[in-house]
Amino acid sequence: MATVELKNIRKTYISEEIIKGVSLTIEDGEFVVFVGPSGCGKSTLLRMIAGLEDITDGDLLIDGRRVNDVGPADRGLAMVFQSYALYPHMNVYQNMEFALKLAKMPEAERRGKIEAVAKTLQLEPYLKHKPGQLSGGQRQRVAIGRAIVRNPKVFLFDEPLSNLDAALRGQMRVELATLHRRLEATTIYVTHDQIEAMTMADKIVVLQKGIIEQVGSPLELYHHPRNLFVARFIGAPPMNLLQAHVIAADEQGTRVKLVTGQSVTVAVEPRADLVGTSVTLGIRPEHVRLGTSDVNPGQGVVLLAEHLGALTHLHVRISDGHDIIIQTEGGDALTADAPVAFSFPPEHCHLFDQNGVAMPRKARRSLAA
Amino acid sequence: MDATTMTTAPPPVRAGSTSGRKSGILLLSPAVVLLLVWSIVPLLLTLWYSFRNYNLVDPTMHGFAGFSNYWYLLTDPDFLEALRNTALLVVGVLVISVGGGTLLAVLYDQEFFGRGIARVLVISPFFVMPTVSALLWKNLMLHPIYGVYAWMMRSVGLTPIDWLQRFPMATVMMIVAWEWLPFAVLILLTAVQSLDTEQREAALLDGAGPVARFRHIILPHLSRAITVVVMIETIYLLTIFAEIMVTTAGGPGVASTNLAYMIYARALLQFDVGGASAGGVIAIVIANIVAMFLVRAVARNLEA
Amino acid sequence: MAVKRSRGASIAIGSLGWIIALWIFFPLFWMFLTGFKSEVDAIATPPHLFFRPTLVSYAEVFERANYWHFALNTVLISVGATFVAILLSIPAAYAMAFLPGKRTKGTLLWMLSTRMLPPVGVLVPIYLIARDTHLLDTVVGLAIVDMLTNLPITVWMLYTFFREVPLPILEAGRMDGANRWQEITVVLLPLAVPGIASTALLSMILCWNEAFWSLNLTSSQAAPLTAFIASFSSPEGLFFGKLSAASTLAVAPILIFGWFSQKQLVRGLTFGAVK
Ligand SMILES: Nc1ncnc2c1ncn2[C@@H]1O[C@H](COP(=O)(O)OP(=O)(O)O)[C@@H](O)[C@H]1O
Ligand SMILES: [Mg+2]
Repeated sequence: MATVELKNIRKTYISEEIIKGVSLTIEDGEFVVFVGPSGCGKSTLLRMIAGLEDITDGDLLIDGRRVNDVGPADRGLAMVFQSYALYPHMNVYQNMEFALKLAKMPEAERRGKIEAVAKTLQLEPYLKHKPGQLSGGQRQRVAIGRAIVRNPKVFLFDEPLSNLDAALRGQMRVELATLHRRLEATTIYVTHDQIEAMTMADKIVVLQKGIIEQVGSPLELYHHPRNLFVARFIGAPPMNLLQAHVIAADEQGTRVKLVTGQSVTVAVEPRADLVGTSVTLGIRPEHVRLGTSDVNPGQGVVLLAEHLGALTHLHVRISDGHDIIIQTEGGDALTADAPVAFSFPPEHCHLFDQNGVAMPRKARRSLAA
Repeated sequence: MDATTMTTAPPPVRAGSTSGRKSGILLLSPAVVLLLVWSIVPLLLTLWYSFRNYNLVDPTMHGFAGFSNYWYLLTDPDFLEALRNTALLVVGVLVISVGGGTLLAVLYDQEFFGRGIARVLVISPFFVMPTVSALLWKNLMLHPIYGVYAWMMRSVGLTPIDWLQRFPMATVMMIVAWEWLPFAVLILLTAVQSLDTEQREAALLDGAGPVARFRHIILPHLSRAITVVVMIETIYLLTIFAEIMVTTAGGPGVASTNLAYMIYARALLQFDVGGASAGGVIAIVIANIVAMFLVRAVARNLEA
Repeated sequence: MAVKRSRGASIAIGSLGWIIALWIFFPLFWMFLTGFKSEVDAIATPPHLFFRPTLVSYAEVFERANYWHFALNTVLISVGATFVAILLSIPAAYAMAFLPGKRTKGTLLWMLSTRMLPPVGVLVPIYLIARDTHLLDTVVGLAIVDMLTNLPITVWMLYTFFREVPLPILEAGRMDGANRWQEITVVLLPLAVPGIASTALLSMILCWNEAFWSLNLTSSQAAPLTAFIASFSSPEGLFFGKLSAASTLAVAPILIFGWFSQKQLVRGLTFGAVK
């Protein structure tokens, strides 16, 4: 259906640059998620694509055509807003009908379309209701329905789930993903929630302060974060980060010594110039191994054990002021103040240089696409 | 990291596009142009007349007058009296209506029998036109012989007072306050009621007495609403006219003449356009000084 | 404040509330009553609370002055001025609320400050302009002046109301293909009906009661009720019955209007200072 291409897009408000040169290609039918902390410019970027916001500099191409100066309605896009932005004075049917009416579609055709969409979204019983009479989830569906009836080339979503409670959010996530598979429409989805990004995206775009930190599939970002920011942002609970000292770099990998006294050899491209400098070692909570071990054994005391049932999150103090989180499937017996032994399996460790940039792995993990 | 529980603030109003800004100016212009004309043209004319000899009934008076209209006015003791009366009226009524309004707002926020009707009665004078208010008070209420207040004084053994003769300015002030107190109550009561229940209950749990609650919870909460009341009332109080014209015609002498009435008297009773215009210019200068302060206060209000 | 208090305190507060309310309202009550008195009853001492009601005063008022002429003028002037003011305010308030620029706030404050200029300062030129354009003592002339006097307030009020309309709803309209005109008329205005209503209400009340320009720019032809009532001041002032009947006639419509619309009205009057 449609490709979207951003070429060095910039946005300046008065004197402050909010988007600092974003280039990105979105393939036909792709589900792309913009993720990043609040205020990083996700919405601004999306609104520029939508045409609600001027593009200060750069080119925006939809299906290869430059659309910088095309009005929002003529770009062939539909947007679902965080607040849903339903027309409160129109009922569900009229909400969905509005765009079609403005496009001068004949009445019968409108009716057919709306009824079909209402059916897929299970909105049939509510067509005569005003938005005020609907629950949050239903309003959300109407907002999506309003976008679908227009049969747009690209769907834009700006944090569409953030006003729903946790259970409903999970359910809508599944519905949206299913809907996308069925419609196969190019979709750009903005969220600050990395779980939404991980679960729905074909391609995640991590943004920070108006620049792209990394673009990749969810698993690529998980396994190969390009820098500390992405490493911390993707994954929950977040990756443990520990100060370390490089003591050797050779064919085996890079050997570092942690503040805890443990030493780990990580299989990254060796860089002799880093010997003696300090780096950051990262390991995800789910990769820390509990129990005694020959390789880099460590000791700690449980500060807090969060029992989630299937999983336990252990907050462990390893040395003065340094805490790590360990995720384990067992651990039911562990409670606060219990001593624990653990180790960091080298194959799961990440190293980041002083600039926070990941040192490239020697062997890339094969990513099941 | 459970970022999903983070609350997101509503997006700020965004200045859409340049085309948006252009049509913004286009949409704004009818109102702005009209107001520009309305505020500039008469102002310039007033300024022009104020330097001329110009009498509507005396054609021999014409030509450039220099500052003589101003000189004549500024050295006129009546002018100072009018200035004093204007200030007195504004400040007096503001004090009565804002002070009284705050207390009454708290009173009518309390539950009591028939509160809704009592409130409607209190705010009624706001809807009454100034000429009617003035006539009602002058005749039915304060007439030295037939007025209700005269009768009340007599029935407790006092000699009735001819209020408008004896205390013209105070009486006019009282009448004007009667008109504007309801406005203050209307606004401040709404503000008091918008104080959220949780905050009130928290104060109660903290053991705050009625006075402490009033001082530390209600008053700060009302400050913005009070700004609005002061602003709107000042606009009107600076230009009080009908009440004076109907009750005292500025008298006795000039005891109840404010700037508005004085200029009116000069222009339409003495036909001295030049002198009246000089008065107008001075009134505008004064209003501008007051407006400057008010607009600052309102601008702060806008920020919040 | 929802505080548990003793029965005695409750009664005390209730009584105080009622005494003050009655005291404030008394002049209007007395006016209403006196309108139905004969002139003799009206000036009787001690005042009569109970009397034989008569319509003599009303009859005389109608005989002496053509009430309907004044009332019609008032209605025409108020409605006309309000209608035009709202018509001009909607695009202006829309632009300020949804297409703000660097100077928006300044413009808003400037508008308000034009309202602070004392009319008396410009009485002479306006009077002369009205005279020379033959708008003196015409309904249109006074309506124009009233409209311009109220314009800053109506723009400001609508602006506060419009700002409460969530921008995304308008943007959704834009995405759906609404042009500027459709965005305002089909999306914004239906949402802002309560705000427009209270703005119109206030404007009506202000026009109805406007005295300064009414008294100075009209004499007979276009004289509204403000002037009608002023003509009942001295020396006829001593005819309390007639005066009261005329006053009642002048204020009753707007008073009843105000009673019913007070909730609407206050929302706009607080200029956003009260949420
Ligand atoms: N109209 C505006 N004027 C000035 N700054 C703005 C405007 N809109 C957004 N911003 C700023 O741009 C940055 C990015 O905003 P936004 O795109 O909404 O972030 P996100 O959606 O990622 O939370 C923020 O710092 C915000 O304050
Ligand atoms: Mg956002």
